[in-house]
Amino acid sequence: MTDVLAYARDDAGTPPSLVPDYGSTLLRAPRQPLLRVPQTLTETTGPGPGGAWERLMGASLADLTTQHGGAPIGQRIVVSGRVLDEDGRPVPDTVMEIWQANAAGRYVHVRDQWDAPLDPNFTGAGRVVTDAEGRYRFVTVRPGAYPWGNHRNAWRPAHIHLSLLGPAFATRLVTQLYFPDDPLIEIDPIANAVPMPYRQRLVSRFDMATTEPNRALGYLFDVVLKGRDQTPFEDDHHD
Amino acid sequence: MTDLESRQPAARQDNRDPALFGQTPSQTVGPFFHYGLPWKGGADLVGASDMGARPDLFDEAHWVLNLSAPTGTPQGEVIEIAGRVLDAEGVAVVDAMVEIWQANAAGRYASRDDARDDVPLDPHFTGFGRAAVDAEGVYHFRTILPGRVPGPGNSMQAPHLALSLFGRGIIKRLATRLYFADGEGNDDDPILARIPAARRDTVIAQRRAGAWWLDLRLGGDSETVFFDL
Ligand SMILES: [Fe+3]
Repeated sequence: MTDVLAYARDDAGTPPSLVPDYGSTLLRAPRQPLLRVPQTLTETTGPGPGGAWERLMGASLADLTTQHGGAPIGQRIVVSGRVLDEDGRPVPDTVMEIWQANAAGRYVHVRDQWDAPLDPNFTGAGRVVTDAEGRYRFVTVRPGAYPWGNHRNAWRPAHIHLSLLGPAFATRLVTQLYFPDDPLIEIDPIANAVPMPYRQRLVSRFDMATTEPNRALGYLFDVVLKGRDQTPFEDDHHD
Repeated sequence: MTDLESRQPAARQDNRDPALFGQTPSQTVGPFFHYGLPWKGGADLVGASDMGARPDLFDEAHWVLNLSAPTGTPQGEVIEIAGRVLDAEGVAVVDAMVEIWQANAAGRYASRDDARDDVPLDPHFTGFGRAAVDAEGVYHFRTILPGRVPGPGNSMQAPHLALSLFGRGIIKRLATRLYFADGEGNDDDPILARIPAARRDTVIAQRRAGAWWLDLRLGGDSETVFFDL
């Protein structure tokens, strides 16, 4: 017999799958309710620790401004914070993968064809692994806003895409980090999939202690993954 | 100048605010993840190829992700799994990404949280894979047939893989499983048993041209069963 300590399920800030204002969800959001099943070893385990990330993916790439021959155009920034669980405990050995547009709002992707310049010195991809206190830190340039085809005059607020892969399948998270005081956040259908006030959890915080003199502005962003569940699984299976 | 140096702007509310602290909400992976997430070899857990990435979608100068470094051949039966990702109208989703997580051939997870010392680890098998779908919306992995692992109580689970599906228009990772047609223990599997019989086929892969094939349907008549985790 192998009983597991299950992880919590969604909380009030979890966005729905179907968000009609975000047109791409219309044919891609499941219409059947998600099926509740008990978590097993499959869901409560995940790769790591012990160097699993390096073996799988290669070394960390924590500075996105030094990947090419010269410095990328744009405002250099440091983003740091901690990965925590819902009880505030650090989550070590979690790989955070980062990808973003350049300072002009353009991705190095053949399907991104809007009229903003590419930067030969900026790819916008990185990866870091949290330390024993759950801390991470990366250096990049502040991404630009960009237009998209969701509706007329649609613009995504500046954002950094983040992927977190921790020690459990159940806590897998892909999200986006936004910047404080960006007026586009409150009119963006993707950010607005998250109801207020929980949307604020996606907004980083400008921080003087993280800001480096003569080098980079600093932003703090803590990521909170699901914690261990406090209540036992309730079987709602009735046949 | 102490006064100047200590000036701070007012803090804005975010996940550092005790009143708002909680699960960071999910957001879509978007359409442009290919140069940042799928690495060469990410879809080949046996370590024989660079399956999984889509270097055709960005300039080679921007290939910064490394190849994975396989350490040797894992034990067990090598299998291929594949399938299409389809939207509610049956149209291929060409910008999706699939991840797998599974036990090794002996039924042990390479994880801190699987502490069953009586089941062997395989030093050459991690059990995690990632694949961007191809231009036809097909995902493809090469891996090992997983062994059985315990379920709730005294149950044993049938061989299965955990799957995560990401894509533009998918706000929150969709979690499902892949079982094998006629797999040992399918009839007693504690998770399969909770899926209504009419929908069970949506998580059971069939043999097709040398691979185990399972389409992932985001809607329509045979929508895949996705789990509330
Ligand atoms: Fe984006």
